[in-house]
Amino acid sequence: MTTTERPERSVPKPVFTDAEAGAREFPDSGPSARRYNYFKPAKRKQTHYEDVTVEVQPDPRHYLSQGWIYGFADGSAGYPLNWTKLKAWGVDDPEPQRGIGSGGLPKDFSWPAHGWHEFRDPNEEWEMTFYRYNANVVRQINQNVENARQAKAFDQWTENWKRFVERNVGAWMHIEHIIGLYVFAACNRSGPTNMHNTAMAVNSMHKIRFAQDLALYNLTLSEEIEGFDGAAHIAAWDSDAEWQGARALTEALTAVEDDWGESVFATNVVFEPLIGELFRSNLVMQSAAPNGDFVTPTVFGAGEYDYAQRDLRWTIACFAPLTEDREFADHNKQLMQSWLAKWVPQALDAARKMQPLWSQPDAKPPRFEDSLDKAKNRFAGICTDLGLTPPEELKQ
Amino acid sequence: MSRQSLAKAHQKIQELSWEPQYHEPYMKYGTDYTFRKAAKKDPLKQVLRSYFPMQEEKDHRVYGAQDGAIRGNMFRQVQERWLEWQKLFLSIIPLPEISAARSMPMLFHAVPNPELHNGQAIQMIDEVRHSTIQQNLKRLYMNNYIDPAGFNNTLRGFHGDYCGTIGRQFAEGFITGDAITAASIYLTIVAETAFTNTLFVAMPAEAAANGDYLLPTVFHSVQSDESRHISNGYATLLMALSDEDNRQLLERDLRYAWWNNHRVVDAAIGTFIEYGTKDRRKDRESYAEMWRRWIYDDYYRAYLIPLEKYGLVVPHDLVEESWKQIWEKGYVHEVAQFFATGWLANYWRIDSMTDEDFEWFEYKYPGWYDKYGKWWENYNRLALPNGHNPIVFEDVDYVYPHRCWTCMVPCLVREDMVMQEVDGQWRTYCHEVCRWTDAEAFRPVYQGRETPNMGKLVGHREWETLYHGWNWADVVSDMGFVRDDGKTMTAQPHLNLDPSKMWTLDHLRRCPPLQSPNVLLNEMTDEERAAFVDDYHRQGPAGRPAPKADAR
Repeated sequence: MTTTERPERSVPKPVFTDAEAGAREFPDSGPSARRYNYFKPAKRKQTHYEDVTVEVQPDPRHYLSQGWIYGFADGSAGYPLNWTKLKAWGVDDPEPQRGIGSGGLPKDFSWPAHGWHEFRDPNEEWEMTFYRYNANVVRQINQNVENARQAKAFDQWTENWKRFVERNVGAWMHIEHIIGLYVFAACNRSGPTNMHNTAMAVNSMHKIRFAQDLALYNLTLSEEIEGFDGAAHIAAWDSDAEWQGARALTEALTAVEDDWGESVFATNVVFEPLIGELFRSNLVMQSAAPNGDFVTPTVFGAGEYDYAQRDLRWTIACFAPLTEDREFADHNKQLMQSWLAKWVPQALDAARKMQPLWSQPDAKPPRFEDSLDKAKNRFAGICTDLGLTPPEELKQ
Repeated sequence: MSRQSLAKAHQKIQELSWEPQYHEPYMKYGTDYTFRKAAKKDPLKQVLRSYFPMQEEKDHRVYGAQDGAIRGNMFRQVQERWLEWQKLFLSIIPLPEISAARSMPMLFHAVPNPELHNGQAIQMIDEVRHSTIQQNLKRLYMNNYIDPAGFNNTLRGFHGDYCGTIGRQFAEGFITGDAITAASIYLTIVAETAFTNTLFVAMPAEAAANGDYLLPTVFHSVQSDESRHISNGYATLLMALSDEDNRQLLERDLRYAWWNNHRVVDAAIGTFIEYGTKDRRKDRESYAEMWRRWIYDDYYRAYLIPLEKYGLVVPHDLVEESWKQIWEKGYVHEVAQFFATGWLANYWRIDSMTDEDFEWFEYKYPGWYDKYGKWWENYNRLALPNGHNPIVFEDVDYVYPHRCWTCMVPCLVREDMVMQEVDGQWRTYCHEVCRWTDAEAFRPVYQGRETPNMGKLVGHREWETLYHGWNWADVVSDMGFVRDDGKTMTAQPHLNLDPSKMWTLDHLRRCPPLQSPNVLLNEMTDEERAAFVDDYHRQGPAGRPAPKADAR
């Protein structure tokens, strides 16, 4: 065996630089200098979430000394605070006026310069957390569905339940998709801070993922259940009378005129408990087992958890402080009450249009009125958490 | 992914596409483009069921590498010259990333093709990933690198510093104005498709050569997402091209986006790669060589030119001019020299160049030493405080430049500077294309055509204006670029961390006040301005004063 000589490879040479923390002492070398020092944490110790989120979106009322540098045609720029009618303390204070010799102003602002900056997502979502969470969800759903397929669990479904799932469980995917893309993702350009916009982006991921979970579940059912019509959900969504109220309301959520606050509020405070949980928890989850289906609740349960444990949580943390705002509590309460007065009747109307769905399965779920009462109670509790009064319209 | 094939799954989720029956979504963001023909398919073909686990796996690799780097004492081998520039880069880049996420809904509104919205939503999620993973990397540097100053005040520094403002174009340009101009042409067609190659591939390679393998770990993971975003841009571009009314706007936007990316990205990344490295192997690629490979060959020749047959007017002249700026006019060297001149206004330390660096520059850029060598020798001579002022105040044959109103990089190639009165103000521009961008492209009428959705350039675009007449010690205090002893500056023109060798506010107190070139320009008479322009055009290279009149 012969050895072929190769020319020496050109590679960078490692050099010992001793550039690690603590190697020398000098101003700013101590442990106290090793933290992001440009924001005040919500609690005593700043969190990992705050470190990767806070102040990434600049604010001329904070450090953005040269101001926004690109504007829309109407002159607005950045993330205008008037893209919602809600107000947090300080927003009506004049913007810092900078110009020749002004310096970077504001030098001595009392942090934060307006109340929007106080918001922190209680779920503390950033990339590591949301990939772990959503990856776990899709793995779990995959396993559940795959196990059901192997166990021939779909054979136990009653015929009526098959029709129910193909039309109605299928129709729900459209709602999740529209809300995910055209409410939450659409609003992630509009919020006043990076914390708001990131929370909206994460909320949109949950919705879009759940919509796709349902679509792919539907695909599996088409493959596994003879005669299962994988396209029936489209017909139901397009023309079944039971769905047209919910559809009109869902579409109305995307049509809110230039107010991210109203879009999110109407969706997560009104629509979700009165329509979303009404259908998901109080109909599908309750009906499935008696009709031989233990699989659909596990798929729907993931969506329920998204809303009940995460999306509602950030929504409360976002809106509740506004009703106690030191400057605009009354303004915000009145505004949110007006939103309740506007959206609750639409939601109740849409809910009642769905009533015939409760009669479709062979094994009947709880009565529609009982389900609706449960949803109304849940909604009233959310109103209380927000410091709002459940609207008169709820009695309808 | 379950047993369902990806293609089948993707086809299934297209059933989610929505055609409104009762209410149209509120259209917040406008465009002057029209999309009346040729709907395109979602190019990403990504479903979240496989996407989330895939991204989680990528994360595991990134965080595993970070853990390994700390346990393996990576920072014992990291070059300070390199890490100092990361204080600037990593302060800027999380905003462009998150802005890209914010820009996606602008496309939902502007591109009437529900199938494309799926890909745009995936991109939105990716971009949230990038922004927070980069903030996290910077946090790791802050915790483990010898000098945390500049990392610890990172976003305050970025928001108040002129370099940060230059970088912000690469963020605000994605989210403001005409939705297609911003979120499609500027972001995906030019920034992501062309310039992320130098940002996220070439630069991390240089990081590795300087002992830092975490930057490549994070940014190559990021770049694996970017390659998908390129498909989003391509699909939208083809849709736009199919409508002839869009071609004039496409030509405008491609010229603006190309030139602005060149001015901003080449200035920053060129400086990091050429002046932030200690790797002076003769066979390692220079920035110019990388640019030729990644941008000229891979983007311009392989991506843009083939689009000509679909009617795209490719800005050949600007591509060639950009190359000329880099290769013949020393654009990157001029920028690095300016950054070093103004070291005292920033929040990182800038190392001086050594004989080994000089030799490498001369080898890669013949004639470099004659232009820039003497100045860098002066920089080295004036690095430690020794009774003199910072180099910007010393006589080293350097004229402090005016800023370009559009790209905000100073007008460093002096012969190219253009001056015009726009919106009642005399403005200087680094090049005719930057003048055109402000005075013609970003206007409500373009070549006689109504463009009501086009954005505008706003803000206090010359940083010096804010501090006109201020003492430098007060400027640096005001920006917060001071260490925890209350007087030592965060920035230094050297890497020596001996406190007795570091510049303090006391050293700055005795310096002349800061003067805004633009304020002074607007105070001149017309005759003075004409003389100023004539003189400016005769300055350089390397910022040298114009030859005396009798030496002409």
